[in-house]
Amino acid sequence: MNVMLRSRWWSFGFRSAIVLYFIVLIVLPILGVYAQSFSLGWPPFRAAVTDPLAWKSVLLTIRLALIATVINVLVGTMVGWVLIRYRFFGRRILNSLVDLPFALPTAVGGLMILLLLGPGSAVGEAAERLGFQIVFHEPAIVIAMLFVTFPFVIRAVQPLLEEMDKSEEEAAYTLGASKAKTFVQVIFPTILPGIVSGAMLAFARALAEFGAVVLVAGNIPGKTLIASVYIFGEVESDNPQGAAAVSIVLLTLSFLILWSVNVIQSRRGRA
Amino acid sequence: MKKLWIPLTYVVFLVLLIAPLIKIFTGAWANGWGGFIEAVARPQSLHALWMTFLITIIVTVINTLFGVMLALYLVRADWLGRRMKQLLNSVVDLPFAVSPVIGGLMIVLLLGPNTVLGAFFEDAGFKVVYAMPGMIIATLFVTFPLMVREVMPVLQEIGAQQEEAASTLGAYSWYTFWHVTWPSIRWGVIYGIVLTVARCMGEFGAVLVVSGNIINKTQTATTLVYQDVENFNVIAANSLALILAAVSVGLLLLMEWAKKRKEVH
Repeated sequence: MNVMLRSRWWSFGFRSAIVLYFIVLIVLPILGVYAQSFSLGWPPFRAAVTDPLAWKSVLLTIRLALIATVINVLVGTMVGWVLIRYRFFGRRILNSLVDLPFALPTAVGGLMILLLLGPGSAVGEAAERLGFQIVFHEPAIVIAMLFVTFPFVIRAVQPLLEEMDKSEEEAAYTLGASKAKTFVQVIFPTILPGIVSGAMLAFARALAEFGAVVLVAGNIPGKTLIASVYIFGEVESDNPQGAAAVSIVLLTLSFLILWSVNVIQSRRGRA
Repeated sequence: MKKLWIPLTYVVFLVLLIAPLIKIFTGAWANGWGGFIEAVARPQSLHALWMTFLITIIVTVINTLFGVMLALYLVRADWLGRRMKQLLNSVVDLPFAVSPVIGGLMIVLLLGPNTVLGAFFEDAGFKVVYAMPGMIIATLFVTFPLMVREVMPVLQEIGAQQEEAASTLGAYSWYTFWHVTWPSIRWGVIYGIVLTVARCMGEFGAVLVVSGNIINKTQTATTLVYQDVENFNVIAANSLALILAAVSVGLLLLMEWAKKRKEVH
């Protein structure tokens, strides 16, 4: 009896410690940001969010993240498809390389883009001669976001393609459907949930990206200053309340995206 | 069609992944072997690498222990209600949705020198923000979901039957864990560890905000790369980036290996 009681107390303490750790580390800080941004009441919050530089940075972030996501959906679906369906030289190496952006520090990713496309590089000079600039302008931000979010769509589409019943596709061919028609009517609907959830994760990640972007964006307020860099600037200039206000706009958006991904995935699991 | 898609895939990989990687490797040698050594042997480089190493070790150990325990609870515990489990389960993912900069800001807001808690710790002679503890907390926050998300599906897949059998036969819970649960989740845990190490080493935004990036004190490898770029010291930035990239490629190989082993089980 004594031993049992002691072990019960032990495991009670253990459980509480784990759950407490979880709440203190994850939940408390998030609540803290929401509390801080309203700590001075509603008007300062509104002032912080409606500051032209603030909302311009948020809008810029959303716009560029959308562009990066669209490119990612197209390229990611193609790469996912090729890596699953075709057998060719180097397939396995390419498949491993997909995860590189997850393994690489984002600051290193940013530096790579800076070196490859920046002033003095072959690509950068060629682009300049053609009359447009990459680094320290919007294209570089999109490229940085693209690099960081590259694996999401691919990794979401691949399992669906692998599971897919090939006989449906073959039936479509046998019935005389063209390749394009088969893709649109048979294959695409199957992988659509993967594309959508991959795209949403990529979008959320692109919204949040900091390391890769801060090095290549030039960070000109109102022009190439994205939201996370704006928040960083506000923290540095000792305005935590303003930083928190913009943060919760970004956070709420990301939470909504994450929540929709969960809903989509649990529906798929039930179906 | 096949003739078009495969080369196109190669082009995407070459442009987006392989070319940048090669650029880092060649860029670090722009001034030859000497330039690379000189950049890495600077006191601030060595200190930054040491900080990154230390944080990675500490965070990986803590995150592995708590991550595995929490995954066990979220899948197995009957003392948590179903609703509670669902709620906690969705909270686990939140750090994925939080921008690292915001993650850092959270810790500054809660534990910074102007806050109640921060002032309390400072009075006790224990600096949190702009010091090592804050950086560890920030990295813990960012890496939190990685381990839980790797272990949970494995636990769900294997089911509780074997464990129940072991405890019915009188095995203690620790014994059950080591001899029944651990062998099946092992590769999931190792995969989670590799992901955690990669993320710790690469963490930039959260650490930059929390650490204040003080040279020779709270500067990590990634924040030093950032500072070198800002100071137009591209070769030095490149040399450190090369070390980080080499470790990343090593981790990527480990990931592949762990993934393969994971699928065998």
